[in-house]
Amino acid sequence: MKARAVEPDGFLITKEPYYESQGDEIILFESAYRNQIPVLLKGPTGCGKTRFMEHMAWRLKRPLITVSCHDDLTASDLVGRYLITAGETVWVDGPLAHAVRVGGICYLDEVVEARKDTTVVIHPLADDRRVLPIEKTGEVLSATPEFALAISYNPGYQSVLKDLKQSTRQRFVALEFNYPAHDLEKRIVDHESGVGDERAEKLVRFADMTRNLKGSGLEEGASTRLLVHAAKLMASGVSPQAACRGAIAQALTDDPEMLAVITELSASLF
Amino acid sequence: MTSLAPLTAAELEEWLDKELDAAPSSHRTTRAPALALASLTRAKQDFARHWIEVIAKTNPELAFHFASHVTNALQQMPTEDTKTWIIQAMDVYDKMGLYPAVAILTDIATFAKGSENKSRSAALKEIGPVLELFLQALSGRKLKLEPNERAYTDTTTVYLPATLGSLPSRVDNIRLYKIMAAHLWAQTWFGTFQGTDPQRLVRHCQKFPDPEYARGLFYALETIRLDACLARELPGLYRELRALQTASQKSSRWALYAARLETRDATVDDTYETLDALYGEPLPKPHIYQGALNGEAVAVAISERLDQERAALQAALKHLLTDKESKAPPEGGHRFSLQAGQESERAMVLMLDGHPLVPPPDVRTLMHSIAQDFGGIPDEYLVAAGDEAYVPEVDKKPEDAWKGAYHEDGAYLYNEWDHRRQHYRKEWCVLRELDVHPVHEPFVADTLRKYKGLAARLRKTFEALRGENAVQRRQKHGDEIDFDALIDAFADLHCGHELSDRLFTRNRRFARNIAVMFMVDMSGSTKGWINDAERESLVLLCEALEILGDRYAIYGFSGITRQRCEMYRVKQFDEPYNETVRGRITGIKPQDYTRMGVAIRHLCRLLNDVEARTKLLITLSDGKPDDYDGYRGEYGIEDTRQALLEAKRDGIHAFCITIDTDARDYLPHMYGAANYALIDDVRKLPLKISDIYRHLTS
Repeated sequence: MKARAVEPDGFLITKEPYYESQGDEIILFESAYRNQIPVLLKGPTGCGKTRFMEHMAWRLKRPLITVSCHDDLTASDLVGRYLITAGETVWVDGPLAHAVRVGGICYLDEVVEARKDTTVVIHPLADDRRVLPIEKTGEVLSATPEFALAISYNPGYQSVLKDLKQSTRQRFVALEFNYPAHDLEKRIVDHESGVGDERAEKLVRFADMTRNLKGSGLEEGASTRLLVHAAKLMASGVSPQAACRGAIAQALTDDPEMLAVITELSASLF
Repeated sequence: MTSLAPLTAAELEEWLDKELDAAPSSHRTTRAPALALASLTRAKQDFARHWIEVIAKTNPELAFHFASHVTNALQQMPTEDTKTWIIQAMDVYDKMGLYPAVAILTDIATFAKGSENKSRSAALKEIGPVLELFLQALSGRKLKLEPNERAYTDTTTVYLPATLGSLPSRVDNIRLYKIMAAHLWAQTWFGTFQGTDPQRLVRHCQKFPDPEYARGLFYALETIRLDACLARELPGLYRELRALQTASQKSSRWALYAARLETRDATVDDTYETLDALYGEPLPKPHIYQGALNGEAVAVAISERLDQERAALQAALKHLLTDKESKAPPEGGHRFSLQAGQESERAMVLMLDGHPLVPPPDVRTLMHSIAQDFGGIPDEYLVAAGDEAYVPEVDKKPEDAWKGAYHEDGAYLYNEWDHRRQHYRKEWCVLRELDVHPVHEPFVADTLRKYKGLAARLRKTFEALRGENAVQRRQKHGDEIDFDALIDAFADLHCGHELSDRLFTRNRRFARNIAVMFMVDMSGSTKGWINDAERESLVLLCEALEILGDRYAIYGFSGITRQRCEMYRVKQFDEPYNETVRGRITGIKPQDYTRMGVAIRHLCRLLNDVEARTKLLITLSDGKPDDYDGYRGEYGIEDTRQALLEAKRDGIHAFCITIDTDARDYLPHMYGAANYALIDDVRKLPLKISDIYRHLTS
């Protein structure tokens, strides 16, 4: 039996991903990493969780293996499975097992979306045992100190079905993310898009307005990611109102009344 | 169709007398209206007679007034508008009573003019929801919107005219609404009323010989300052606002001061100073988007809020302290303080003993609201409340609702369908949720003993229904290898066929994703064995549903008149089936009447908040909709049907289980042909109900 060769370098990030620190999250992550404690990133969508992981992987010079979780994600999708080729069965590592083998960082994005039973397979990896038992091959992979596990979830979904079990969450160091503070967010939008200071400022103001509507018809306000999208459109010549409508308003909601409100807001600002 | 000849005045008079028998009196006869009606065509006469009949059922007096004016109305307006006029008058009658409704009927001219303007005017009712969200997004304290003749704000509510029609097109009028709202918002956000003295505006103006003029001048000057703020903060809106400004001749002195008010650092203090300096200048013509300054209303609103918010903040701080109690207080006790945040001018960080503290969102909102009034948070506010601090809001119990004055407080208001008008009566029913008082008697145990055999059978059938793990074979992807498929595939391969790629097995859980709401008739007519049967059925159902794991809730409904509709909570969706719930089932008692429409609307609202693929509303009932104030017969049936149609629109499946043997006459009309079950013997209800449920959900 031979593991399928995936170059560990394929997941290495060589160029520094742009990231602006919002607080002490970099130090916290580094200390957790050195102490071999897994990390839980909380925060609304599009506030920079994934970018933060890329940045940390670059800083720590470890390959980053990201799994976007979905509601049909099974344990074998993470650990691995047998495949059949030319008359024989071949074991293929899943992303989690692969990360353990190469000593990389495994990042499970939106972990609550995965099936409840799936989250349990990370338990032995997430406490001081740091092992991944692979039931089907009878193997027990022991993680090296370089391996790290990180998961993310968005506590904003107010659904009982999408909550993290206590037995899972109490294994992690939690880092809370939020939309960056005003000036910082402005800098990020400007840096990512090159839209210019003045328009970036207005976009951030616009985002604040939509965030004021959270809970009154909007599930979430505009995220930093959406702002960057709109800014990029503007930087390539789209009018601010069209950019806001396309990249932000329509992305946030389908409700015609809400769309009218958001359109009025962008018309008032620009 | 042959057109009939118009009725004569004499015929009409006789008909009116019969229809309105209660209303005319000795000095008021139906002769005049009959004479007028006689001049109309038969079609219009029939239209008028139909509505006289309808209105007479609501109020004969109102119908008499209607009969007196309808001819005039039909001559002035098209029939369609006349109908709108009638519906409006009826709505007003429902809400405010006879006299305001009669006023509308009398004042046909205004209405006719209004309906003419309608094509270009904008109504607050239509644009209100958008405007309210718009204001909320602009940040600051949440502002309510209310209609009022003059536009103003008391810093809690923004009052705007109910309709705007002064500009030539509808789009313009809608824009005017937006700008008016933004202008009033600017008053609350850019500190027109900021400061420690809520009475400041009133007092300051009274210092002058002509306070009215002083206030007008203050408003004109403050508008200059606010417009400049808007220009900086919302340039897009300002462009639209500029287009609406009226130019007027200004003196050079005026221009000089105006320039000062337009600077970035200008505050309301500068406006007051300018007022002192420019007192005596002619008042410029107000811009179209300006309303009025109501210093008195502001003073009342602010003073009220100050006390409330101070107490609320201090109580919240105390709460924060109890959370932190583990830390020993420094000498002299805990100290709260504020630090300017870096994020923006208005950001602030709450500090406790020099360490930053993250307050919960509601406290943050409170802090922002206080800062909006003062420009900061006064130090005396930052003291945690003592133990004896008074709690600002006393819990009101729904049971007390009828004792005090606040009878619509905390209640849900629902529309009701009036089939005769073919319109909703707006916010017609007042509904409240109450708890069933749990009774701890061995009823549940007795029932389970009584139906021991049935319970065992139910358990078996429902267990079979439960979502099970199914292994799907021959899948392209999966967790395990499907060896049967693999062997077949190899056999194929050796014969020279292609190797199939469906070689895996996959575990799939078929999860039931059902939320079911039981609506139990608790009307007086269920007294006796019907009530027993209902309760027994609920016990058996709960047992079965616990096995299935479907989410379910049970509510009883009853009430007397539209102002007292009651829902009795037996089990809510997130509540486990425990002793209390069993006690409540035992405690279900017959109450008053059966107003079904409002109960359906309320339970649908609750169901809408639940996330489930299938949503069911199952009604257990013993008869037709029936309430004390005329909610019976066709009216009740049609309203219930309408409520069920609304449910359907929300994706809720409604089903009715009834023991009324006459149900075949009306239930198919209400629920649809296949959506009800009739049980002829009430004693069979517990036997049948679980079966029905099983059929419904599998």
